[in-house]
Amino acid sequence: MNGNIALEVRDLHTHFFLRRGVVKAVDGVSFTLHRGEVLGLVGESGCGKSVTALSLMRLLPNEAARTVQGQILLEGEDLLTKSKRQMRQIRGRKISMILQDPQTSLNPVFTIGNQLSEVIDTKGAGRGKSVMQQAIEVLRKVKLSAPEQRVHQYPHELSGGMKQRVVGAIAMHRGPGVLITDEPTTALDVTIQLQYLNLLKELQQDTDMAILFITHDFGVVARMCDRVAVMYAGRIVETGPVRDVFNNPSHPYTQALIASVPKMQRSAARLHTIEGQPPVLSDLPAGCRFEARCPYAEARCRAAYPDSFTVGAGHAASCWRLEPA
Amino acid sequence: MQRYIVKRLFQGLLLLVIVSTIVFAVGRLTGNPVDLLLPEEASEEERQAMIEALGLDGPILEQFVVFITGAVQGDLGVSIRYRQPAVDVFFSRLPNTLMLMPGVMLLAIVMAIPLGVLSALRRGRLTDRISGTIAVLGIATPNFWLGILLIYLFSVQLGWLPSSRMGDWSHFVLPTVTLGTFLVAGFMRLIRSSMLDILDSEFVKLARIKGLSEMKVVWKHCLRNALIPVLTLWGVFMGALVTGTIVTETVYAWPGVGRLTYEAVIFRDYPLLQAVVIMDAVLILVINLVVDILYAYVDPRIRFT
Repeated sequence: MNGNIALEVRDLHTHFFLRRGVVKAVDGVSFTLHRGEVLGLVGESGCGKSVTALSLMRLLPNEAARTVQGQILLEGEDLLTKSKRQMRQIRGRKISMILQDPQTSLNPVFTIGNQLSEVIDTKGAGRGKSVMQQAIEVLRKVKLSAPEQRVHQYPHELSGGMKQRVVGAIAMHRGPGVLITDEPTTALDVTIQLQYLNLLKELQQDTDMAILFITHDFGVVARMCDRVAVMYAGRIVETGPVRDVFNNPSHPYTQALIASVPKMQRSAARLHTIEGQPPVLSDLPAGCRFEARCPYAEARCRAAYPDSFTVGAGHAASCWRLEPA
Repeated sequence: MQRYIVKRLFQGLLLLVIVSTIVFAVGRLTGNPVDLLLPEEASEEERQAMIEALGLDGPILEQFVVFITGAVQGDLGVSIRYRQPAVDVFFSRLPNTLMLMPGVMLLAIVMAIPLGVLSALRRGRLTDRISGTIAVLGIATPNFWLGILLIYLFSVQLGWLPSSRMGDWSHFVLPTVTLGTFLVAGFMRLIRSSMLDILDSEFVKLARIKGLSEMKVVWKHCLRNALIPVLTLWGVFMGALVTGTIVTETVYAWPGVGRLTYEAVIFRDYPLLQAVVIMDAVLILVINLVVDILYAYVDPRIRFT
């Protein structure tokens, strides 16, 4: 067991058992998250990023969704074997999450202080201080202005950026080893986005917290992440250090994704798009899932799902074209 | 908060003026009330004497001024049957009706909240289906029918409970159940559907991410939000409750304002009916004001607006 690993996910399968069939939203996802590392999980809408995140938290939205296979090793212990009670002890303390939309993440009928107080420990580290004093300190850490007043305010009295700071404070207060952020800045203004990302990065560097950073925005990946994993139709197709993946995208899907990021210099050019649609997750092809949209598709791509081939140090992609001759 | 209450009070006052105007108009403009008040064989002199006694011989506008002036001073005319000021008659009966309310409210809260929450948590399962069926029956069964059924079962067949009039606690059981059934059923379904919405919301997800217990997630984070739509519709339910008392008190011969309303209609006691309708309006307005204040307490988003 490598002491440097914060979270290891092995062959995770989360399926939705619906009347019209089984939707394989996450279908064999594996990755490793090291301590103090920010791993970007990138892909288009509906590729299974959020379901992956919720599977890790064991907070799948309804009974139709089940993690049917795999291991989620947090500090070497498999979360999938934990009871509900044990998971409650783990959530918020060892693994935590920031949700996408700050407008709806906070309960509208309780004050900020009240909602923060639920993660504040009054017996251990915080002994001798009132809950509100501690709440104010927590808000100060996420650089929220006038925290003394904020604790008495309700969510609707705060802006989106301020709310997301509160959510961040709640998620990170108990010092989880792993933080999952599911598009934390998508709902924010561009200027606020940058501030928030800088704050996250700063708080992350102060601790050895590992972040699984889910996004569809390659610009954010470049700014935030050490490594990146590209997800397509329920599987990770390419993973590697951010710089390597950007400079040498090896999977045709990654190449297409990077090509479709608009560039400032070529403002007049037409935006690059990927032709076609991703496969229906309830009716997946036997071979490569990108085959139908891939400009390099061959017969063997249809026949079998490609193995993962190494293209550089810590850089691998699942594409038959990379098979060593 | 004070501004909010003052604003609501003014709105209530305005509504009351409108209600009084309608009551007045319906009374005067849909025919001569004297025709209703006097037996058909009454002589012309008797009619004329009654018209003068009720002040119905002046122009309509003057009558309205007299009516409003009286109404503002708490004078809504004299009951023909009781030969007392109609308002006094109303207030002498009001306590009997109000005595039923704590039981009805308690029943609604004690039954509707846990059942509504439970059906939402066990959506689609047996508990949910059974409670759903009972709720539909509760909403669909008219009060008079339910009242008669309960009397037949518990008073006539089993002989456990008295069938009518006021008395010790046992007299309260059947009217309370009769009045409460609709409220319980309505609230339960409302709480169930708003709980279902809220269980799916992001803040509930965050509450779980915090590692809170299911008890805290459901009873703290969900319930308070689930009660907001219940409060919103509280006014509607109160209207149903007031009309419900008319039928229920009649079925159980309960000497409250509901039964009084019924009597006023049956005995063509026009001033009394007028007074009862206006006082019922006042009652509903007061209840709604209290609910609005409560609403502002439960949902901070509507404070100061």
